[in-house]
Amino acid sequence: MSAQPLAESLVQSVDWLAIAPPAIAAVVALGVLVADLFLPEARKAVLGWVSVAALAAAALMLLPLLDGDRGTFCRQDGTRACSYTADHFTLVVQFLVLGGALLAALLSVNDLHDDRRRVPPGEFWFLLLSSAAGAALLPAARDLATLIVALEVASLPAFALVGIRLGDKRSSEAALKFFLSSVTATAVSLLGVSFVYATTGTLYLTEVAQRLTHVDGQLHTLAQTGVVLTLVGFAFKTAAVPFHLWVPDTYAGAPLPVAAYLSVVGKAVGFSGLILVTVVAFPSYADVWGPALAVLAALTMTVGNAGALRQRATRAYSAVRLLAWSSVGQAGYLLVPIAAAGYAEDPGRAIGSTVAYALMYAAVNLGAFAVAALVGRTRTGNRITDYRGLYASNPVTALLLAFFLLCLAGLPPGVIGLFAKVTVFSAAVDAGLGWLAVVMAVNVVIALVYYLRWTALLFRTPEGEPAGHRVPAPLTAALALTGVAGVALSGAPQLVLRFATTGLF
Amino acid sequence: MIDINESVMQFLLAFVVVGPLLGAAAALLPAPPGLKGKSPGQAVLRHGVTVTGAILIAAIALALGFDHDHPSTMQATTDISWIPALDVRIHLGIDGISLPLVVLTALLTFLCALYSYFKPPTGPGPKAFVALLLLLESGTLASFAVLDLLLFFLAFETVLIPMYFLIARWGGEGRTRAAWKFILFTLLGSVVMLLGLLLIGIKAGTFDMVALATDNGRSLTASVQVIAVLAIGIGLAVKTPMWPLHSWLPDAHTAAPTVGSVLLAGVLLKMGTYGFVRILLPVAPHGVHTFAPYLAAFAVVGIVYGSLACLALAKRGAKGDLKRLIAYSSVGHMGFVLLGIATVTPTGVNGALFANIAHGLITGLLFFLVGALKDRTGSTDLDTLAEETGAALYGRAPRLGGLLAFGAVASLGLPGLAGFWGEMLALFGAFRPAAGLSRPAYLTFMAVGALGTLLTAAYMLIVVRRVCMGGAERETPALADVRGYEFAAWTPLVTLTVLAGLWPKALLGLSDPAVQQLLAGGTR
Repeated sequence: MSAQPLAESLVQSVDWLAIAPPAIAAVVALGVLVADLFLPEARKAVLGWVSVAALAAAALMLLPLLDGDRGTFCRQDGTRACSYTADHFTLVVQFLVLGGALLAALLSVNDLHDDRRRVPPGEFWFLLLSSAAGAALLPAARDLATLIVALEVASLPAFALVGIRLGDKRSSEAALKFFLSSVTATAVSLLGVSFVYATTGTLYLTEVAQRLTHVDGQLHTLAQTGVVLTLVGFAFKTAAVPFHLWVPDTYAGAPLPVAAYLSVVGKAVGFSGLILVTVVAFPSYADVWGPALAVLAALTMTVGNAGALRQRATRAYSAVRLLAWSSVGQAGYLLVPIAAAGYAEDPGRAIGSTVAYALMYAAVNLGAFAVAALVGRTRTGNRITDYRGLYASNPVTALLLAFFLLCLAGLPPGVIGLFAKVTVFSAAVDAGLGWLAVVMAVNVVIALVYYLRWTALLFRTPEGEPAGHRVPAPLTAALALTGVAGVALSGAPQLVLRFATTGLF
Repeated sequence: MIDINESVMQFLLAFVVVGPLLGAAAALLPAPPGLKGKSPGQAVLRHGVTVTGAILIAAIALALGFDHDHPSTMQATTDISWIPALDVRIHLGIDGISLPLVVLTALLTFLCALYSYFKPPTGPGPKAFVALLLLLESGTLASFAVLDLLLFFLAFETVLIPMYFLIARWGGEGRTRAAWKFILFTLLGSVVMLLGLLLIGIKAGTFDMVALATDNGRSLTASVQVIAVLAIGIGLAVKTPMWPLHSWLPDAHTAAPTVGSVLLAGVLLKMGTYGFVRILLPVAPHGVHTFAPYLAAFAVVGIVYGSLACLALAKRGAKGDLKRLIAYSSVGHMGFVLLGIATVTPTGVNGALFANIAHGLITGLLFFLVGALKDRTGSTDLDTLAEETGAALYGRAPRLGGLLAFGAVASLGLPGLAGFWGEMLALFGAFRPAAGLSRPAYLTFMAVGALGTLLTAAYMLIVVRRVCMGGAERETPALADVRGYEFAAWTPLVTLTVLAGLWPKALLGLSDPAVQQLLAGGTR
């Protein structure tokens, strides 16, 4: 009699198509781990290609979801609150995460081959895919528990990835640094979530948003503390100041493709989580997080760019260190529109600027890392001075790197970089954050110095014999993908900038 | 003058902007069979001449097809949507203000390419040189042809990277520092300008210059106008350059290769003053009126400062560098342009636009001549050149000496040559500034500016005396006189200088209706 509805409420119908993108990555991750046990040493390379294919398939599974109206794991009581929502925001960030992971995987194929004695391939691919699955789950999460779980799924494998090189002291030190600071941040975040739960009695973001507006006066401070603490974990992931100190050492210590992965996917995890908690869950506390994020953005970009500027070109791994510091600076730009959303009447538009900027940043930053991976194959020190005269030996690669760096700097011919910055500026100006726009303007000039210094070095006459770099197929594919993306976006910036006008939620 | 189909005009203007860009990309590719020439270097330099030549022809065709009876209407307009998200439209068009600048840019770049073909720049291979030159041309032409604020910003930024590399790779002594100074000053100015442009665009709801000019600041509040004019003005003032933001210019000019100096002085500086006229005057009239007296004050300080710096450099024993001297004289000349703009009267603005073109022609010529002098004597240092009595160029290379003297007197504003009218009109505008501006202040500015013309005459004549004249009794080796290609590159500049001086109406007739319309707010 009543068994029917009870069963329905216990056994939820799952929209498998909606959760396909993270699910594919997770399932193949397990499959790879198991297959590793049975594959002979000589054929381990297959694992890499399987993983690349899995990430491509997961990205393709976004196509049937393009309507952006699906949700699953919903409450049955008519509140229509879902734990997993595949709206436009989710899809764009999932595309960014899976695409970024795919490119990082392409970079890894060679790295693993060159480094095969020290890096166990099965574990590597398992960790990479699991982390990607977590990162793809995060933007879809619409309750605080799923959000934290996704954050952990994305982060835990990343610690192991950073320290995966057997017997490499630098690598394990980097992993430990990363682990300790990240775990602290997540714990703080969890504490914040528990405060929020205590004051509102729900974990669903939309319901949190509704109930926060009429929190009991006594609990007001608790709610406020909860909001601030929750933000901390995500700010850490975006590498915002003061949670940025792990970045340079971690990037320099990690295998290069992992650094590339962290710089793009790790950031995407951070900023999408920040967007979800700020704009979706805590809109009524915009007067708290708006100014806080604005200050954070200003500090982050200034510290990041100053750090990059101080990088000495002759120091070992200076190229990766510079990219690491510059990624901190770029994180500052990514935070600007989120801060602006705290002031704007239509936060959706401001958020779109962050997403558009992140897409541009992902393409060109991965491109720069791809070139760094190429140069790192013959020059293990990967100093910036090693790039001197790259144009003489590898003209196309040098031109691509110059293009990527100028995109990051935001100067023509990197048109897309310029216009992505313009959208961020306009979000700030629109929200009346004039001072933040000016700080960012100064930072753009500082950033130009180190980007252009590196670019100029590419075209200098090489010292001694120019060492040609043979470009293996996976690296060629990664370079071609990022290069085509950068050039196509420069011709038609609307492709990504349209997110800056449409409401993504 | 001649009737050209509107769609052909549209194509010509689009070609003028995009052509050099494609040419720059093509320059990086290996030469196709049949066009290999004697060597790869020669082939790519020839490619540069061909492309800039084609652009010049297109620009001349544009000038011929331009409806000279209606210079105040935008012609050859293209308006297509590019980035709807930012409301950026590819809106191109030319009127009486931009047409002369487009032709000047196409001409100077062509002459530079021609000059480089016969006298390849010293430095790394010419392939990148030609590509950068073409990219630079595309950026400058685009900034004069676009009618969208963000597109203008894009074009404004496009010239930075090529100019940086032209100075840093093919420049002379101290080039690295000079190139950095150039790009950092300009970029710092232009990002501030971007903020102003965004403020205008967001508050007015459009980035379209024509729509904004028609609106004439009616949809912008007074405070928005003031902030926007300050921000945009700083960006443009750095580029122009206005005293005290000029300090990048002398270094950049001294270090740049000849061709770089010619283009820097001839066209790049004009982007700043063009922005003042095209964007600030019509879009934010209230803001302009607020800042006009300050702009005028800085302008006249620039005039006097430039002249005094030149006088100091021209003195015996001052180790003055000729290129540096001309750079400082540019600061003075651009001061006249800014003074003309700051009067906010049709007379003054017309004078400013005229002086703009005249400065491009004359200073372009002067930098060519000094470059040639350096090739022959190996130095641009005045003391080294002149030694005790003078370099005696009249005796050693009479034609070169004659041309240098011509350039100098044109630069000091001799009536009958191009330099005269612009400065005269700018001063004349200051005599009766726009309503609401303090007349006594402007009369003072005018008096000080007039003093500047005297100082200009003084240092130019000193330069002529020290370089062209000199003792004949010394045993001096004769210098090679003007060569064929040098004649080819310089004759157009000389001719146009004389022509503009004798027939100013050709230019003023174009700019005056357009200026009248801009100042009256789009619809007259």
